[in-house]
Amino acid sequence: MSDQQSDPEMTAYRYPDGSITYPGHPYGPGGEEPVGTVDLSEHTAEVVTWTTSTATPPGVRQPNHLAIVEFDVDGVPVRALGQLEKENVDIGDTVEPFHVEELRDPETGIREPESQDWDGFRFRPVE
Amino acid sequence: MERVAIVGASMTPFGDREGEWLRDLLAEAGADCLDDAGVDADAVDHLYVSNMASGELEGQTGVPNMLAHDLAAQPAYTARIDQTSSSGGAGIYAAWQSVASGASETTLLVGGEKMTHKTTGEATDVIASLTHPAEYKHGVTLPSFAGLTARLYLDEYDAPRESLGKVAVKNHENGVDNPKAQFRKAVDLDTVLESPIVADPLRLYDFCPITDGSAAMLFCPESVAREITDEYVVVSGVAGATDTHVVHERPDPTTMRGVVESSRQAYEMADREPEDIEFAELHDMFTILEFLQFEDLGFAEKGEGWKAIEEGRTERDGDLPINTSGGLKSKGHPLGASGVAQAVEVYEQLLGEAGDRQLDDPEIGLACNVGGFGNCVTTTILETPEAE
Repeated sequence: MSDQQSDPEMTAYRYPDGSITYPGHPYGPGGEEPVGTVDLSEHTAEVVTWTTSTATPPGVRQPNHLAIVEFDVDGVPVRALGQLEKENVDIGDTVEPFHVEELRDPETGIREPESQDWDGFRFRPVE
Repeated sequence: MERVAIVGASMTPFGDREGEWLRDLLAEAGADCLDDAGVDADAVDHLYVSNMASGELEGQTGVPNMLAHDLAAQPAYTARIDQTSSSGGAGIYAAWQSVASGASETTLLVGGEKMTHKTTGEATDVIASLTHPAEYKHGVTLPSFAGLTARLYLDEYDAPRESLGKVAVKNHENGVDNPKAQFRKAVDLDTVLESPIVADPLRLYDFCPITDGSAAMLFCPESVAREITDEYVVVSGVAGATDTHVVHERPDPTTMRGVVESSRQAYEMADREPEDIEFAELHDMFTILEFLQFEDLGFAEKGEGWKAIEEGRTERDGDLPINTSGGLKSKGHPLGASGVAQAVEVYEQLLGEAGDRQLDDPEIGLACNVGGFGNCVTTTILETPEAE
């Protein structure tokens, strides 16, 4: 797995009622289709909770540091789950997303490698 | 509408059933259940198998038809009920529906899973395959959801870490008296709190094991039950509900809306309140889940569930015993079997057949079966026929 800065977006969907979800869904609250997108990679987030998992499945780094974080997009809260760069955060800390080409080895898990993408965003503390 | 009764129940020993596969386990539990009820296999109209992953774990599909043949129950209608870890509860709901609707007069439900031939990592990955692609690619597992939620719960509600450990201690103690439990060994709090970290802040003893096993129940209209036996219970309430597939999208990760909604509907159907429940089997795949369900079932206010274990309320001699069977924590968690096995414990307690772990003449019990991390839930209320 190689870490690198790049231009990919962390795309969340915005719905007619103003809510935003990450990941996006074909239908949002009230069954309404999304009306736009938001790139969360341009925002910082606050750590809601975190864990370090030591019993990881095949193809996943060990240990695996994970967090649920909350972005504030113009007053709208948007939560995301992702890997942490290191085990160096606490609840309430501010983190920023950074892109990683491959979050786990697609060839060793049970899921069909072609069925989804494997890049994504990890989080690290804002200095 | 006539009430639906359960006239037979069985459970194989849970644990490492080396050399025995899903086919063997299902047939064992199914035959034992029919024997318990004194009903022949050819009387079965519908046969449901609760199972999450026989194809992924064992390379065996077509399991319900296989079981019907092995029990000589054909031409019974068969179906597989997959709702991940809550497949068993969903099977109860399906079995109840089949009888309540009049489509079947005798429905056999058998839940089962064969898991121990896989490594922990492989089994964990099969279970984690229920997650959304955006979760799966980060290597999320069900235990890691538990770690995330436990940290938040302890932080938000100022609960001591030891309270989670006491859930493990209690359920292991109950498992000692369950001859079919995977672990019949008491553990002390220090052992729990010093065991290896699995998903910080949770440790090894906060998690259920990987298990082989099967459990079964036989359903029929109450009028038919009276013809067969004096020893039966009725399904007074049963309902299922879902929460978000993507766990982090929940407004409050410490609230399982599937538990709240399914129990609300089950209480309404049974015309009962949380205060009427005398004991319950909760889905303690992880110790934190016992607190979350305890609250979301209405047994305690939000953030107060941990106090029940501290006050001894959920012990076998408490006012609301939880997981007298040992729970998934001690009894084991063969995915598709667990929801059925929970109800088997409630059935046995209501009929006074729970042996050394028998409660004092209970009349109303509840089982809450959770799939994913609260993604889908079934709540079942069972009662003695004369319960007031």
